[in-house]
Amino acid sequence: MLNTFVVYVENKPGVLNRVASLFRRRAFNIESLTVGHTDKPGVSRMTIVVDTDEQGALRAEANLYKLVNVLLVNNVTGGPAVMRDLAMIKVAATPETRSHLLQLVHVFRARVVDVAPESVIIEITGTEDKIDGLLEVLRPFGILEMVRTGRVAMSRGAKSAAAAVGGMAELAIPPEMRDDEDVSYSV
Amino acid sequence: MTKTGGEIIWECLVRQGVKHVFGYPGGAILPAYDAMTRYPIHHILVRHEQGATHMADGYARASGGVGVAIATSGPGATNMVTGIATAMMDSSPIVCITGQVGSKLIGYDAFQETDITGVTLPITKHNYLVTHADEVARTIREAFYIAASGRPGPVLIDITKDAQQSSCEFEWEAAAPQLPGYRPDLSPEPEDYDHALSLINTARRPVILAGHGVIISGAMHVLRSFAEKSGIPVAPTLLGLGCFPASHPLNLGMMGMHGEAWVNKAIQEADLLLAFGMRFDDRVTGNVKTYAPTAKKIHVEIDPAEINKNIKVDVGLVGDLRQVLQHLLPDVESVDRSEWRQYIDELKGDSAVRDIQNLPDDGHLYAAHVINDLWRETHGGALVVTDVGQHQMWEAQYYHHEQPRSLITSGGLGTMGFAVPAAIGAKFARPEAEVWAVVGDGGFQMTMAELATMVQEKIDIKIAIINNGYLGMVRQWQEFFYERRYAATPLLSPDFVKLAEAFGIRATAVSQRAHVVPTIREAREYRGPVLIDFQVEQEDTVYPMVPAGADLHNMIRRPSPIVETAQDV
Repeated sequence: MLNTFVVYVENKPGVLNRVASLFRRRAFNIESLTVGHTDKPGVSRMTIVVDTDEQGALRAEANLYKLVNVLLVNNVTGGPAVMRDLAMIKVAATPETRSHLLQLVHVFRARVVDVAPESVIIEITGTEDKIDGLLEVLRPFGILEMVRTGRVAMSRGAKSAAAAVGGMAELAIPPEMRDDEDVSYSV
Repeated sequence: MTKTGGEIIWECLVRQGVKHVFGYPGGAILPAYDAMTRYPIHHILVRHEQGATHMADGYARASGGVGVAIATSGPGATNMVTGIATAMMDSSPIVCITGQVGSKLIGYDAFQETDITGVTLPITKHNYLVTHADEVARTIREAFYIAASGRPGPVLIDITKDAQQSSCEFEWEAAAPQLPGYRPDLSPEPEDYDHALSLINTARRPVILAGHGVIISGAMHVLRSFAEKSGIPVAPTLLGLGCFPASHPLNLGMMGMHGEAWVNKAIQEADLLLAFGMRFDDRVTGNVKTYAPTAKKIHVEIDPAEINKNIKVDVGLVGDLRQVLQHLLPDVESVDRSEWRQYIDELKGDSAVRDIQNLPDDGHLYAAHVINDLWRETHGGALVVTDVGQHQMWEAQYYHHEQPRSLITSGGLGTMGFAVPAAIGAKFARPEAEVWAVVGDGGFQMTMAELATMVQEKIDIKIAIINNGYLGMVRQWQEFFYERRYAATPLLSPDFVKLAEAFGIRATAVSQRAHVVPTIREAREYRGPVLIDFQVEQEDTVYPMVPAGADLHNMIRRPSPIVETAQDV
């Protein structure tokens, strides 16, 4: 089963390596991993998709927390969340096939971002299923090249994971001086 | 004040309370070594960097503080890998400082360049590459904090040569750790406490499994109160030995692959297991599918990633063991569990008859005799550091530990060569302790170069080599599982007595049982290092034994001299 984790990390050298190494070391299979900046300087956000069962997902989460540079882990698999993948697909297009292609692009609410004499680049954003669907209908035209970003995810509603990270950043005071309210962890 | 990065290293170590550093100099760490002479820290020159890490590890385990090892880049750093992995598996807090080539040379395969932060990524709790002098202080403070807090572990700091050479403003206070993502201070939910208490107070056949965490969190007293109040018997793991007095009537003895047969049977028949600071390692569970099938399980553990990792539990209490037990104790009820304890006592059956201590003297010298005599002669008061293999298990079985931190052994990684350097580290941590390294003839030869370190530092350690001419534990597996095909296990050793004498160490060889006690007495009376070469029975076997992956209750037991049946072997 695919589990999607949203992970906030300190933007320190090697942090991507630490996360990837953790999954390799614990024999988890990463389906996709995306990383980018957040609105908060020094904090990056990853979306990691892992093929594992429920127990494995709990283990992955607990192990992610053991990484010193990991600020917050959120498994958004069960709850309501928006999941998106972006793909750019270069398809062979002759003057004869181009209009048919454009129709399909319209149906899938994709966009043509480049037109060349013998090809077009189509950009599509959506769930993996939708992109797979478009790929299926484009295949007969001849797919010349394709790139996908891998899944990014965000929970629905006003609840903000970023706010929690903001809260954690305030803890960047010396641990010995920290006012130690206990943090609860439920298994 | 302005300091070089190299000076800041020692400024920080002094402020962290470091008195001893185990290390080996080299090109990329030279600026730090040059600054060292101006600081009140005793540097112990080792003979191999692996030794430095084991010494730091032994120092940490004997003292409860943080051990420090230092080495140069490249081979100096890679030689530390085994010691770091050992500390990682056994949750031992050490800080390793390595030199690195200049920051401008990183990535160009410079002389003695190794990506040591990359190499040690999966075997450190955390590691750092420091390329600027102004990062040194904060990094060292964070490293000590991370190494010692939560579930302890090794932290490596790789510092480039230019970061050691260049200068910056040094301000200790301003360099406080900034670790927003690091939370070692978790505590359980109230409802989990309630659930645990209801299981504890209603259990009829409970067993406490006491691990290394009891010692690390300093929970010995509260564990004892807990066990005495509830009447629940205690079974320690290998690394838990000493966390609960061996002579205490509630102490069942060690569990696991070479644990006592009745302890494993009691675990298999229990209705509740209380796992305190242990991690259900495969060496204590045997086949996890048939492990304690009738027992509910409560796991008290500081590392959330250990809960439900090997064994699915009913309640996981994540937090510091001492605090959790203190929280539980007032609500733990005194229940009469004498019937259950008596039943376990009956499970012992003919174990005493099978015990090698009770077998008639056949003129041979057995390792178990040596270790039992050592226990008796030292009144159980020595700090014993073992290597890995048969002698390690015999030590666990026949040296009865009353005090925490009186046994130091490589449990998780099973690192041969650990004993001699770890004993050196332990002796520096506790100079008043009587330190014995109990080591096999194989493991001894892996790190025996550190004898020179012992002599150079004039420290008083007694070394007992359990010499059976084989890589004994491997030979035992070959005997049981490979039809006695002893591939590469017969071991030729030098004359250990002459070898020790070449180092300037007093030495004796013993091959008769009658000479064991007098030789131990002589060694104890002598002020200075002594090596004793105990030439023991060659094809002796550690009993009982759970074959790897077998059910915990299906142990191979020592053939009884009275009823020897096929079932026994």
